[in-house]
Amino acid sequence: MYAQMIKTAGTSVKSREEMTEDERKFQDRIDADEKIEPKDWMPDDYRATLIRQIGQHAHSEIVGQLPEGNWITRAPTLQRKAILLAKVQDEAGHGLYLYCAAETLGISRDELTEDLLSGKMKYSSIFNYPTLTWADIGAVGWLVDGAAIMNQVPLQRTSYGPYSRAMIRICKEESFHQRQGYDLIRACAEGTPAQRKMAQDALNRFWYPSLMMFGPSDKDSVHSAQSMAWKIKINTNDELRQKFVDQTVPQAEYLGLTVPDPDLKWNEERGHYDFSQPDWKEFFNVIKGNGPCNVDRMTARRKAWDDGKWVRDGLLAHARKKAAAKAAAAA
Amino acid sequence: MTRDEALFQFLLRMGDNTLVLGHRISEWCGHAPVLEEDIALANTALDLIGQTQLWLGLAGEVEGKDRDADRLAFHRDVWDFHNVLLVEMPNGDFGQTLMRQFLFDAWHSIMLGRLQKSADHRVAEIAEKTGKEVAYHLERSADTVVGLGDGTPESHQRMQAALDYLWPYIGEMFASDDIDAEMASAGIAPDPASLREEYDALVTKVLSDATLAIPQSTFSHKGGKAGTHHSEHLGHLLTQMQWLQRAYPDATW
Repeated sequence: MYAQMIKTAGTSVKSREEMTEDERKFQDRIDADEKIEPKDWMPDDYRATLIRQIGQHAHSEIVGQLPEGNWITRAPTLQRKAILLAKVQDEAGHGLYLYCAAETLGISRDELTEDLLSGKMKYSSIFNYPTLTWADIGAVGWLVDGAAIMNQVPLQRTSYGPYSRAMIRICKEESFHQRQGYDLIRACAEGTPAQRKMAQDALNRFWYPSLMMFGPSDKDSVHSAQSMAWKIKINTNDELRQKFVDQTVPQAEYLGLTVPDPDLKWNEERGHYDFSQPDWKEFFNVIKGNGPCNVDRMTARRKAWDDGKWVRDGLLAHARKKAAAKAAAAA
Repeated sequence: MTRDEALFQFLLRMGDNTLVLGHRISEWCGHAPVLEEDIALANTALDLIGQTQLWLGLAGEVEGKDRDADRLAFHRDVWDFHNVLLVEMPNGDFGQTLMRQFLFDAWHSIMLGRLQKSADHRVAEIAEKTGKEVAYHLERSADTVVGLGDGTPESHQRMQAALDYLWPYIGEMFASDDIDAEMASAGIAPDPASLREEYDALVTKVLSDATLAIPQSTFSHKGGKAGTHHSEHLGHLLTQMQWLQRAYPDATW
């Protein structure tokens, strides 16, 4: 889940009696599964919450390029290098669709970027963990994209049209990435003892951070209740986390890898795996900026933005000159 | 030197150019000045890596010593690389990267155009396939060079500095040696010197639209194509690129 702990604007879910006429009509459209489009009336809080959520998702795609980009120049075969390049390029493309979706709500990509760089907006906690070995690239595809898909598949049905359409495109690519990630880590798991060690080590380090991606339990959260009423959040964090664990454990078993949780076991009665919660203290620390890579990630993004200013300015100046020359010729 | 030995060397030159340049621009992934450029650079890198698989794949086939494209890419040392020096030059700023790209794309597109008429159908087929990609690379790098050259005073100054820095690496693309002579006489590839006129016309037009001054010097560094005198930069690039393959030689990835 690339959007974590999105604080819903507003303080509580309004009852029908508390709603204005416009709000009631709006909620009726949502309840009837109609899509809300950019020019339609929408409550200010709905708009503000979506900007936060889509913006954070977009930022996550962009910052998420960094841990994977870290291995592009060291990919061990031409084929793996091409696959990884294509994947990281897809992430940038996802960022682009999502920034475009956010722009339909009245905020520019530059404003969102400034909010990311100033620390006002966040990105997913997962990208503050380092990719230390080649097998980590497999773990990112398998676990991180796998967790993201859990959230994004239901979001294809989200109430906001542009967001829903972006999700449909993104999900197609993400499921491909997940398969590629799994294939990469499978090659390691089935390889030499050193490769196998890499694969297990990657799972050890990425398991709990992947569980954190869904965010802390929100079953009692008012914010989540409002977002769910607006259909910009479809499932609770715990539901998605459980689904992820249930799906992933057999995949790890198939690889002969051990999930680093001694309490993990199938619960026949519930029809689900019981599992340990991640260390939520660590999660809040990462969110606050104290993850292993927070500083490096933001330094890299800031450097790209600052170093690129002359390029953006230059291309803009040229475009203006061309437009002026065209206008002069037409006059 | 047999014809196949010369062809092998020629194919290494083509494949090493795309491999090294593809690697260089892949270094930008996630760090470009604007999202669209990040995507475009990754796309170009991806094309070049794909082209490498074709050229080095055929090189391995022609050599007949059971070396595939990966073996050739990841298990040769600096002196066995045959790319021109231009493509191994560091990225520098975005302007230097795009200037290097343009100066190479211009040569590459003309070269591939000629190779489409190669007497060796395998070479002609690769040129046909990759020529389409490279036409797009050229269009994009030329547009960017013009946009930044004729942008702000700062972007202009940076592009001029990039051109001045890279200009001495142009000549090597047109220098001919025994391998080129063998390829030309077999009708497999053109004499590199024969590409110069078209190249100069193209480059002069774009650089003039970019309001940049073409350096007067005709001096040219060489040694990359021959493999005898690479820059210090290539060793570092290979250190990174080949590390996993070298550290775990018995692994399959």
